[in-house]
Amino acid sequence: MSEELEPKTIGHCQTAVVDDEPTEGVSGDAQAALCARAPVGLLAELTHRCPLQCSYCSNPIELERVNKELSTEMWCSVMKQAGEMGILQVHLSGGEPTARKDLEDIVSAASEAGLYSNLITAAVTLNRARLEDLVKRGLDHVQISFQDVDAENAERIGAYPGATAKKLDVARWVIELGLPLTINAPIHRQNIHNVPRYIELAVKLGAQRLEVAHVQYYGWAYLNRAALIPTYEDTVKSIEFVERERERLKGVLTIDMVVPDYYAKRPKPCMGGWGKGFMNITPAGKVLPCHAAETIKTLHFDNVQDRPLLDIWLTSDAFNAFRGTAWMKEPCRSCAFREIDFGGCRCQAMTITGDARNTDPACALSPYHGEMVRLAREEAAKPPTPFIYRNPRNAAEAAKAERPLVPAE
Amino acid sequence: MNEATSPARLIVGRETRPHLPAYLKLRHDAGRGRWILLAPERVLTPDETAVAVLKLCDGKRTVEEIVEVLAKEYSAPADVIRADVLDLLQGLADKGYIKA
Repeated sequence: MSEELEPKTIGHCQTAVVDDEPTEGVSGDAQAALCARAPVGLLAELTHRCPLQCSYCSNPIELERVNKELSTEMWCSVMKQAGEMGILQVHLSGGEPTARKDLEDIVSAASEAGLYSNLITAAVTLNRARLEDLVKRGLDHVQISFQDVDAENAERIGAYPGATAKKLDVARWVIELGLPLTINAPIHRQNIHNVPRYIELAVKLGAQRLEVAHVQYYGWAYLNRAALIPTYEDTVKSIEFVERERERLKGVLTIDMVVPDYYAKRPKPCMGGWGKGFMNITPAGKVLPCHAAETIKTLHFDNVQDRPLLDIWLTSDAFNAFRGTAWMKEPCRSCAFREIDFGGCRCQAMTITGDARNTDPACALSPYHGEMVRLAREEAAKPPTPFIYRNPRNAAEAAKAERPLVPAE
Repeated sequence: MNEATSPARLIVGRETRPHLPAYLKLRHDAGRGRWILLAPERVLTPDETAVAVLKLCDGKRTVEEIVEVLAKEYSAPADVIRADVLDLLQGLADKGYIKA
């Protein structure tokens, strides 16, 4: 299965992806010039509070408490610094970003700083007046997640009754207010059969973009893998379907796809390379190279409350830990693809092999690859386990797990 | 899908009056000394030619009029410019970055 790669050139334009998903980042020739001094994308996780309890959430198991969240002033300062250092886009995310009562101020600050702002929301608690205000303040783009196209199943997955009707309302308002809309479709074994209907929904709503985001197994999703991972066959079928639809809907709907790397032969170029085009700020202000980076316990993360953002980007230990290729072990070190996929995902290497410097086990060259695929196939063949819903009570229960695999003999 | 409710792909021709949708931002990125086109979760870096074309896409000029302006400005044959402009705009339209 091959990684989805955006054509890098449209006529006279280079394209760089600035996705909030962990699998893509800046790539191609644009990279060097764009990222000389600053990342192009910033994921601002404003809070870990969320009205939904989706088991596929990629937030860390240990959720940040409200009283640890950054102040309004600090977030506004982050936006200002981001604009000044040359960051181009900010993803306002969480948890649920609208749970912050000061989201309006943060959006204003982002807009004043010249940042292109994306609101990544579950949309169940957003009313029209508030959305209109956010748009007036300069919000550029809204992404709404739909847990399924079947309302009943969606509400079981998100554990939020009445969610679908509310999401549909907000989606229509976004379009009416003239903003581009992205529908986010988190795909797993319990909704993978509905990929075609997600595409229909996105077209019907007039969305500009659909993210067919196969769940990536970090945080809560890793804990819930046996409830979520689809079979190899279903995965391939859905990917092939999307590829055909993408061609048919050219100029109507942009479909971005994130494929599940457990069934891949080659690892994803995670974040487009560590510390290369992207940074993430946690609700408490820790600055991370990717949103799962805290699973690498040996790293120390600087906080925006203590140091300027640009300093952290340029010199912090965490960002420099896996920049470039010097940190690599074999088989990455001598691999022809080392500058293309950067050895894949450090966090997945950590979680599954116990060493963040190992090749991502999604790579067929990893000695752990066979074992990882075997586990995935076995889990997918059995009936799904019950969801461990993402909520503070389960967070307290679940902060254990993390059992690395043994390598192949 | 119901084809009746499905918006069609924009085919860019000589009489098309292209414009950038309001939610795209064509900006000069001073820090990196280049123009950028900001789109939902994308950053495009148009080259000099593309910037010249995009600045003329105001929804009033037709492609043919854009070609005329550019042919004068760059003292180049209209045929060559036309092919280039159509190719560029169709590529952008297929990504949803150009409307008419």
